[in-house]
Formats: sequence, C-alpha cells, structure tokens
Amino acid sequence: MENFVHLFVILPLAGFVISLFIPGKRESIISNITFGTVGGTLLAGMIFIPVWVLRQVPELNIRDISLYTAPGYDFFIDFYFDKVSAVYLMVGAILTFLVTIYSRYYLHRESGYKRFFNTVLFFYLGFNITVLAGNFETLFIGWEILGLSSFLLIAFYRKRYLPVKNALKVFTIYRIGDVGILLAMWMSHHLWHENVTFMKLNNYELVHEVLQSHSAIGIFISVMIVIAAAAKSAQFPFSAWLPRAMEGPTPSSAIFYGSLSVHIGAFLLLRTFPFWEHQPVVHVFIVVVGLITAVLGSVIARVQSTVKSQIAYASMAQIGIIFIEIAAGWHTLALIHFAGNSFLRTYQLLTSPSVVTYLIREQFYNYMPRRKYHENAFMKRLNHAVYLLSIKEWHMDSVVFTFFFKPLKKMRTVLRFLTLKNVLYVFVPMCLVGFDLAYFNGVEGALKQYLPAILAAIALLMVIKSYNERTSSRLAWLCIVIAHFFIDLGISFNYHFDGRETFVYLSGVVVSGIIGYICLHRVKAMEHHGIGLNQFHGLVSQYPRTAFIFLMSCLGLAGFPITTTFFGEDVILTHVHEDQLILAVLVALTFIINGIALIRIYARVFLGANPRTYHEQADLTS
Amino acid sequence: MESIKGLFDEHDVLHKLKHYLPAQASLKDFVHHNTLHAFQHLKFHEALHQASQIFGYKTYLSLAEFRNLYQEGKIREDVLDRTIKQKKGESKFPEWKEKLLQHGYNAMAASRVGHLRAQWKANYMINLDKVVHPFLYRLLSAYLDQGISIWAFPIERKGFLTSLREIEQNEIVSIFKTSRPRNLLMEGQCTIKGLLQILVGEEALFEQYLFDQQFSHPGWSGIVSVIEQQPETLLDSKTITLHDLICLELLLEIDALDNKFGRDWQPLGTQVQSLEPLFQVEPFTELEEVLIMWQEAFEWSYYDDVLKSISLPSARESDHRKRFQALFCIDDREYSLRRYIERTDPDAETFGTPGFFGVEFFFQPEHSKFYTKACPAPVTPAHLIREEARRNSRQRDPHYTKRSHLPLQGWLITQTLGFWSALKLFLNIFKPSVTPATSYSFQHMDKHSRLSIEYKGEEVDGLKVGFTVEEMARRVGNTLRSIGLVKDFASIIYVVGHGASSVNNTHYAGYDCGACCGRPGAVNARVFSYMANLPAVRERLQKDGLDIPQEVVFIGAMHDTTRDEIEFYDEEKLTSGQKDNHHINEVVFGKALSLNAKERSRRFDTVNTKKPIRKLHEEVKKRSVSLFEPRPELNHATNSLCIVGRGVLTKNVFLDRRAFMNSYDYRVDPEGKHLLSILNAAAPVCGGINLEYYFSRVDNEKLGAGTKLPHNVMGLFGVANGVDGDLRPGLPSQMVEVHDPIRLMFVVEHYPEVVLKTIKLNPATYEWFINEWVYLAVKDPGSEKIYRFVDGQFREYQPLRASLQKVGDTNSFIENYLENIPVLITD
Repeated sequence: MENFVHLFVILPLAGFVISLFIPGKRESIISNITFGTVGGTLLAGMIFIPVWVLRQVPELNIRDISLYTAPGYDFFIDFYFDKVSAVYLMVGAILTFLVTIYSRYYLHRESGYKRFFNTVLFFYLGFNITVLAGNFETLFIGWEILGLSSFLLIAFYRKRYLPVKNALKVFTIYRIGDVGILLAMWMSHHLWHENVTFMKLNNYELVHEVLQSHSAIGIFISVMIVIAAAAKSAQFPFSAWLPRAMEGPTPSSAIFYGSLSVHIGAFLLLRTFPFWEHQPVVHVFIVVVGLITAVLGSVIARVQSTVKSQIAYASMAQIGIIFIEIAAGWHTLALIHFAGNSFLRTYQLLTSPSVVTYLIREQFYNYMPRRKYHENAFMKRLNHAVYLLSIKEWHMDSVVFTFFFKPLKKMRTVLRFLTLKNVLYVFVPMCLVGFDLAYFNGVEGALKQYLPAILAAIALLMVIKSYNERTSSRLAWLCIVIAHFFIDLGISFNYHFDGRETFVYLSGVVVSGIIGYICLHRVKAMEHHGIGLNQFHGLVSQYPRTAFIFLMSCLGLAGFPITTTFFGEDVILTHVHEDQLILAVLVALTFIINGIALIRIYARVFLGANPRTYHEQADLTS
Repeated sequence: MESIKGLFDEHDVLHKLKHYLPAQASLKDFVHHNTLHAFQHLKFHEALHQASQIFGYKTYLSLAEFRNLYQEGKIREDVLDRTIKQKKGESKFPEWKEKLLQHGYNAMAASRVGHLRAQWKANYMINLDKVVHPFLYRLLSAYLDQGISIWAFPIERKGFLTSLREIEQNEIVSIFKTSRPRNLLMEGQCTIKGLLQILVGEEALFEQYLFDQQFSHPGWSGIVSVIEQQPETLLDSKTITLHDLICLELLLEIDALDNKFGRDWQPLGTQVQSLEPLFQVEPFTELEEVLIMWQEAFEWSYYDDVLKSISLPSARESDHRKRFQALFCIDDREYSLRRYIERTDPDAETFGTPGFFGVEFFFQPEHSKFYTKACPAPVTPAHLIREEARRNSRQRDPHYTKRSHLPLQGWLITQTLGFWSALKLFLNIFKPSVTPATSYSFQHMDKHSRLSIEYKGEEVDGLKVGFTVEEMARRVGNTLRSIGLVKDFASIIYVVGHGASSVNNTHYAGYDCGACCGRPGAVNARVFSYMANLPAVRERLQKDGLDIPQEVVFIGAMHDTTRDEIEFYDEEKLTSGQKDNHHINEVVFGKALSLNAKERSRRFDTVNTKKPIRKLHEEVKKRSVSLFEPRPELNHATNSLCIVGRGVLTKNVFLDRRAFMNSYDYRVDPEGKHLLSILNAAAPVCGGINLEYYFSRVDNEKLGAGTKLPHNVMGLFGVANGVDGDLRPGLPSQMVEVHDPIRLMFVVEHYPEVVLKTIKLNPATYEWFINEWVYLAVKDPGSEKIYRFVDGQFREYQPLRASLQKVGDTNSFIENYLENIPVLITD
C-alpha cells in the first residue's frame, strides 16, 4: 500500500519529462499528455483514498533512497501520507485536472502553448512532492519547484515588461520564504541530530522532551516555518505579491494564485503542527499574522476596482482565517475551508471576464444613486484616510522593499570598487590562498574563530554586488560563482570539512558557472550593443537554446535540485553550529540574494521587450 | 487665464492630445472605428507613415510576412509586377522587384514620442513610469469604477481633482510622499503650465513633454478623454477631464522626484540639448516604399478576382413571384446566411441594409434604469421605445456576489458555495450551457413583451415615446426604397436583426450589431415590422407611390450569429394561411442556419466540419457558451468588401464571408439620393470595422489589445493585462488572427458619373474615398464595364485574371479549406 503513494509523484514526473520532448506545434499531443497524467493521478487518488480510508486512515511513512550521506548527515527522500496530504492531493488533482481541460481550448494557438503545459506539469509535480513530503528535505525539493514554476508562469508573456518585473518580485518574496525553510532545516538538524521525518514529529513525548531543554531553538524553528508559510501564502507583510502575480493566462492565475499555490503556506503549518503545538508563543504569532491579513486583506479587497486583484485580496483574507483555524487546532475545519476557498476562487477567476456582462446588466436594472455620506467631520476624515490607505495597499508593496532591498541598493555605491579586474586579480587569489590555508596549512587562534564569519561576509558582499550590478552581466555572474567559493572556504575553517563535501558543493558551482559564463559570453559576442543589466534585452526569441541552457546553469548555481550544489548547500548549513547565528544568517542571506541575483541576470538578458527589433511591442506598462 | 499666448497654449495642446489619443469608449459601448482616425485627413499611406514615425506604430505586415504570402501564392506575381510598374515605371522595374523579393532591410522600431521623457532615466537615473503609473492607475480606476469595488470612491460628482483635494484634507494619510506637491494641490495653484515649469522648465518642450507623458499610457488617457467628451459611456456617470489627469500625473512626478532628490533637482529642460520636434516627419524610407508596394499587391491580388467576378454579366432577374423575402443587416456575418437561404429555397429573396432598419430610438427594457441606444453611434435619437409586460426574468448567480469577498460572509460562502463551484466548473467544462453570466442575445428583449411603438402624446426626458404615423411612414419608405424593394412584394417579408451570444467575453458588445450601437438588433426589427404592418402607414406610403399590397405581412426576427439560431416576433398576428407559409419558411431558415454553422465551423479548430450537420450545429451552439472558448465566433475577421447593388450582381459569385452587402437598385434611385445616405452610413461603419481589424492585426501590441488570455477587467469599462497595466483598447489577437489586413473595397452598381457626383456631396464621406482609406469601384450597369476610383476620377479597370474557377457545389471547399476561399463562380 505504501508504494502506491509513489505513483502520485512518478506520474506527473513522467508526464513532465515526456512533455518536454514533444514539438511545440503538436498541441493535441501536449494537452493529451497533460490530460492523461493529471487525470491518471486523479484516478489513482480516487482509488487509493477510499482503500486507505477503509483501512482506518493509517499514517504512512515511506522512506526512500538516501541521495547523499556523510557522517552524521543523511539526505534521504521520504514520503508521508495522512489526512492533510489526502485533502491537498485530491483538491490539487481535481483543480489541475479541470484547469488542464479548460486550458487545452483556451490556450489554443497561443504562442507558448507547450511552455504553458510543461510548466503546469512541473508545478503539479512540485505540488505533489510538497504535500506528500515526509521530511523537510523532500519538502524543500517540492517547495523550490513551486517557486520556479511560479516564476515561469507569471512571466509567461516573457516579452512584456510587467509580467517579467512582477515575476521577479514574486520570486524574490518566495526566496525569502525559502530561507525560512533553510534555517528551519539547519536548526532542526542540530535539534534532532538527524534529518527528522514528519512522522517522528507526531511523537508527542519525543518532541516534548527535546523541546523542554531547547525551548529557544524550538521557537526559532517555528518562527522560521511561519515566515516561510506567510511568504508563500501572501500573509502579512508579504501580501502585495499576490495580486501582482495575476499576469499569466487566466487559468494559470486561477489555479495557482487563486488556489493551490497560495494555500501551501497553510499546508506547511498543518504539516508541522505537532512540532509547535505546545509552544503558545507560536500560536499567538500565527493568530496575529492571520488576523492582520484577514483584516487588511478584506479592507483592501473592498476598494479594489479590478476583478482579479479583488479576488486575490479576498482569497488571502480567507487564508488568514485558515491560519487562525490551524493555530486554534481546528484542522478539519481548516481543510474544509481550504478546499472551499480553492474551488471558489478558481471558479471566480476563470469566470472573471464574465463580470462585465453580469455586473453591467445588474447595474442597468438595479442602479441606485449613492447612499448618504458621513456628516461627522472626523468620521469623514477617517473614512477618507482609510480609503486612501487601502488604495495604497497599506504600503505593503513597499514594506519588504524598504526594509530589505533598499539597504541592499544603498550598498551599490560602496561596492563600486568591485570591478572585473579587482575580482579577478584580488579576490580569486585571495580565495586560493584561503583554500591553501584551510586544507594544507591550517590557521590557529582567534583568527580561526572569526574567519568563517568574515569570509561569509565577503561572500555576501559579492552577491550584493552581483544584485546591484548595472553594466556587466559577466561580472555579476562571476561574483556569484566566487561567493560560493568564499562560503565553502568560510565553512571549512569552521569545521573540518573533508574534500569530498567541498567537491560535492563546488562541482555543481564550477560546472554551472562555466556553462553560464560561456552562454553570456556567446550572447555578448553576437550582440554588439552589449548586454548590460540596466535594462531588459528580451533575447530569448533570438537565442532560445542558449536561454534555456543559461536558465539551467542559473538554477544549478542557485542550489536548485538539479546539481550537487543542492546537497552542498544543505550540508554547508549543517556545519554551522547552533550557536553561530550570525554565520548562519550571513550564509542564508547569501543564498537568498544569490538566487535573486541569478534570476535577475536571466530576466534582464533574456526576458522583457527587445528594444532593437521591429517586432510588435507592447508599451512598457501594458 | 493667460493674456499673452506663449509658446505653450494649454488649450491647444489638450485639444491636440485628445485628437490623437485612442477614442474607444467603455466596453459596453464597444463600436468599431478607424484606429488612426486622427490621421484621416491624410492619404492612407502618408497617414500610416506619419503615425509610424511619430508614435512608433507598426502599420503594415512585416516584410517577411509579405514575402511569405508571396511564396504561398496569396500575393500574385502578375499583380505584384503591375503594382511595381505603376509606381516605379518599366525602367526601374527589375531593380525594385529585386528589392521587394530579396533585399535585406534593417527594420528598427523607432518613434518620436517618448524621447524627451526618456531623459529622466538617462540623466537622473529614475524610472518615473515605474514609480508613478501603478498608483496613478489605481486612483483612476477607483474613481471611474462602475461597480467592481465594494467600497466605492467616497466622493461623487465633483470632478477628479476636486475629489482628490477633498480626500487629501483628511490630514492623516496623504496621496503624496512629500510636501511640495501636496501644497501645490491644496493651494489650488496647480495649473498644467505651472507644474511643467517645475518639471521641465523650458517652455518650448512643454507640448512634447505632455505627449510623451500621455502616450506612455495611451489606454488610460484615451478612456479619460472619451469620458470627458461622452460621459454617457458610463452608466454611473463620472466627471473627469484630461486636464485633471495630467495635473495629477505631473504632481505625482514631482512627488517622485522630490522623494528621491529632495527639492534640489534641476528641471528636465536643463539637461536636454536639442530635440527633433515631435510632428516633424522624415520622408518615406525605401523600406516603406517596398512595404507599400507589397501592401497594394496583396490587396489587388484579391480585388482583381473580385472585380473580375463582378465584371461578368449579371444573372438575370427572375420574374418568379417570391415565396418570401427577408431583410438582413449588411453585416458580413449575414451574407453567408443569405446565400444559404436563397440556395435552400430558390423562391426566397434577401436584402441587406444597416441593421437598425432606418428606425432610430432609445430602448428601455422593462424595469431598467437606463436607456440604450438602438441606432448607429453617431446618431442621437429623439424617440423612446419601452418594453412592457416582460415574461422571463433575469437570473442571478450567487458566484458573482461580492459578499464572498468580505471576511465573515466569505468564510461561510467558501465552505458552502465553494464546493458548489467545483461542480459548476465541472459541468461547465463537460456540458456548457447558457448561464446568468452569458451575454445571451435573446435576452435583450423578451419575445413576449409589448413595445410602445405608437406615439400617444407621452414624452419622457425630452424623448417622444413611440413614433407618429408620419414619422413611421417616412422611415419605412426610406428603408424600402434604399434597398430597391418597391414592387413584387412577397406575402411574408422577414426583417431580421442580429445579435450574438458569448460568455467570458469582455468584448461582447463588438459581437452584436454595430448599426445598433453594439446591441442585438431584435427591437429594431420588431419595431420596423410593426410600423410597416400598420394600415395607416401603408396608406401614407401609398400616397407617396409605394404600394404595399394588403396581404403582405412583415415579421420581425433576430439571428444569433454565434449560435446560428433565429427567433421570430409577433407571429400571433399572422393569419392561418400565412402561418402555414411561415412554418414552411421556418424549415428553410433552420436548414440555412445549420449550413451557415457548418460554413463557419471550417475555421474552428475544435469542430470537425465533416460531422453530420445536426451534431455539428449543436457543437457550434455549445461553443458559444463555453467558458473556455476564447473564439465563440470570428466576428468580422476577413472582411474586405462592401457591395452596394442588386442581388443579381453577386448571385453567382461566392465571396466566402468577406462582404458587407447593401442592397440597392440604381433604377429606383437615378439621382443617387439613396446612394448618398447608404454611403454616408456604410463608409464610416464598414470602413471603421475594416480599419480597426487592419490595425489591430498589423500591430496587435500597440494598436490592438494583445492576447485576451491574461486580460483583467478594470472597473467594468476596460481591460488591462494583470492588475497594474495600461488599458488595452483595440481588438484582442484572438479576434483578428485570421484576418488579412487589406483595405475595404466598395463596389457600387451605378453610372460612374452619378457615383462621382454623389460621393462629393458629403465631404466627410468623400474623405474616405479620396484619401484611399477605402477603395471604390463601380460597375456601369449600361456598359457592364468596371471603373476604379483613382485620384478623384473613375478609370476603367481591366482585370488581370482571365477566368475564375467555376464550381457546382462549394461544399468541398468548405470542408477542406482552412484559409480564405478564393472567389468562385457558382452555377
């Protein structure tokens, strides 16, 4: 029975891989493959779940292969199936199935038909992995797939400015959520001294015993989890990304941002509930986040004058309530609420163009001139203030920007000294010397204590430089590669790293680094005007293959689960001790910004409008 | 007020801006018009050249597309050669032909608009649009919203800037981030000129700055300018002016700059050296000349065949007594149905005339709070027709309730209705049907309702309720004479309006009858029939020499062009003998409708045209109400002709679905009086449709609405991509993708000298022809020769094509052709 669970991952995976190889013109084959795999998964669910229910809903844990092992470290794939997985799996299957059929006609003749279905299948794969994951590591794989496929779907109209800009914005917020998970994984590794499974978290005595002696750590982990969940579910203060994600074709907005994708945060809370169940502070934290979102979300929804943003805000307000329900322990209610909200918002978004007909007709027959106004001067002022504030989305769009990205951008001038030459002639030798010291000569004393943090700080500076770089895309690229080396170096002073781990980590970096550099170099050689990063170049239609390869190398460098760097990043973190919070934060920040900077390079060079061709072009803000 | 006119005259510049901005009204009033109306005083190619240089529009297909069409044989070599020779002479022919076919050109998108404001980014490192636009759009759409928001804009009917001032008075939250723009707004000193002084400084640059600024979001500026000029385009009326929009935008720009640099920044004018004036235009480039030749060759590759077919001797008019006659709209979508009716029953005769049938009025459905116009958009009617005793009532759909967006009610609704919506979605995907969300043509007027057609002395809002006998007779007489139906009346004459049904379609108004202002034409058909049946009207007409026998009866009807269904009105008035006839005719209509559905289906990828006809028709109907179908019908796509003449002129010609057909008998109208009114209406309506398709097709991104799949409804009046984009006027790509962008050709059957005299009578109409926005050809009924209107005169045209393909049955073409079907001669 356990092995049946694999089917829910294997089917979408197979469908995704096969769909990659179908020529783009063969619309019906592509949509049939999607139809088949999603329909097959749905059917499998409909057979499996009744059987599972008849067997008294046992909680299943399926331990799969270890992908990477090191002393004290075992990265293994693990699946877990319980009530929560069952509901998410079925709602996901039903909605994806319906939307797939919907889209096979709706997207007919749209350029990017194949890309759309590829991405939908990829998303679906990520969704199923996430909801079936049995440990943080497996969940993280699915989580990353969700983030990437969201980026690709929002930027579906990749030659337009706004979709690309908003896709970057969403990816950025997701990335912040990712780090929540990374840090939670890091700390929980130290807490449990192993890669703990969710099954184990259900063991009340065990969790209770561990947490009693490490309550601060417990709270840290929980807070990280809540941050990750809040980012993914568009909760306060991350809310503003959700309406902006509505840039792709309506069905994709409907299924992802109306329903499945935004409810993943709630899933994460349900899944980790046994862990924070006995930490009252965390409950309060979640309730506060949920409540603020429910209140602000619905106030903002009231003033929205566009259909899709109204649905987005209304949906996130409901998710805020779901958060509260989860914190209160009403899980069955939360699951029903999740399913109902998903179905309703999907339907509302799919029929959103119809509101013109429907509401204009309503207005035609029922129009009433406005009701009375506030007489009281203070009430009137307050009313106007709240209205205006809601139009401004309570500044939520700028909150993350102001506190996170503005400081980063401020560092631009400081980092001006980092030029291609400096990086090559100063930092590369520095790095080499560092390796020499780390592996062959050894450093002792006080220096050794501070070196890891210093080196990690240098790595952070490198990625910030890359993020801020406006002219040379190759310099930006190089900075990221070097940052990885500094991270590795820093950790090798921290812990006696053997060469094998360094190899695992850096081999992915080196391979993707070289391939990516070649891609940039080739494109630059063909385009005489340069590929500076201060504007979008939209070269994807000229160099589709290079663009794809470059995207893959970006992913490799960002620690996406396609190269060994993925394990490397995880291993690196386990070697940061639990009392080295600063080092952990530095490393984590480096990882976040590194991902953002990479996707930014990809977007700037390959996406957006190409200003130099006589193709039809949308105006910048349309 | 300024006493001395400076370099910058605000009034002039605003006027000029409004002239160039898109003129599309709100979605519910979607009516086709020439997208480049601002350039219509120029010759077609000159206009396109200027529009492209100034605003960066793409105005022709690309060179590669033309060459491809040539490869596929859709541009004929003989026509191409003739075009090049006409333009460049024999001697330069080989050189230019090589240029057209081989030469490589470097085509770069260039526009003059936007250069000045680009300096913000270049010299100040600030992306003003990115900072200002999203918030500006939000404010605008919140202010103009027609009913999406739950909490509407708190101040009404005070004007945009005044309302903002009132909101700003709250003293708690400000629109702006800095104090200077706030003070400027509150102290009421914000004139456009004063603000430009701060931002730009150099007065000579003001005009260009405003053009740059407003054309960075032509959609929003366009709708504001339209609402300023025709406030009735919004039901919940809003006071707004382009002036207010510009003021706010300038203030927000100052705010963004102050926020970034403090007060300490130099106006833009100090950073700009010399700039080429916006409206100074360079001469034609060689590439443009090449494209013009390609364009004309493309057009004449088709017109040559059409004129060849028209030049053949017309079919003889049969003197059979007709069993029934039917009046249809001139709409190209009705042409194919008319063909099938006449083929199914050779004793049937059909006519085409603009679908409001010459009766113009406002219509008020029962219980409605507003009137809707039921005539062409430029006409302002003085009559009102009210609907009474409606039987079917409107249905509601709880899924559209805004309550689901409120937190607590939403909590309940998601957990109850939420599950219901999964089921509804399932049903809608597997078994689509008409729902309350469908824009359903037959719902516009209830079949069983009564209409107040006769004037009984009542007047409302300055409108006469109904028409007097005199007014009716004049309208009925004019319409019948203009189509040449003055004798040989059949015993039943149908008057068929048309409408369309679709769902999930924001452009639904563009699918209905353009001559009825984007509404279904059922009311007009019914009103016309009523008038024509009234004995008093018949009497009046008889006095004017139009004798309609007593046994003749007119029946109103409406054809749904997406579903290919028909509904007849007031059938109970038929005598039993007429009823029997009517039942036979209904069968004819039914057959013709199914055949029409079949012909349409050849363009639908999801319908197999070879299916049994009954099943096929069902599928076409289903398609019209499918949520997931972005192309319920293809509308006016491929339109390219407007034929004004007798039915026999094209009786044996198969013109696919590409022609507007206006019936007209030159013998009834030797002076061209009716011809003038036909052309006055047809040139802007058909020409407007054709050019809107043309421009939306050649530059779907700038002049069209782009793909409709990511569209988001803004305030119920427009669509944008995503939540913070510019509005997208024009047609979505799904509507125009099969359209061949060629200009419309009018073919008139009359004597050239009469036509020439007639078209010169109305300068507005003449502009269409003399500036070549539409072509004009004439068939001289005496000599049967074809003349083409060139440079103000008619010249004889000799078709290059020696003979056209003759077919007995067009069915094999319909089943096997996906592209446009060539001009065929049928037996």
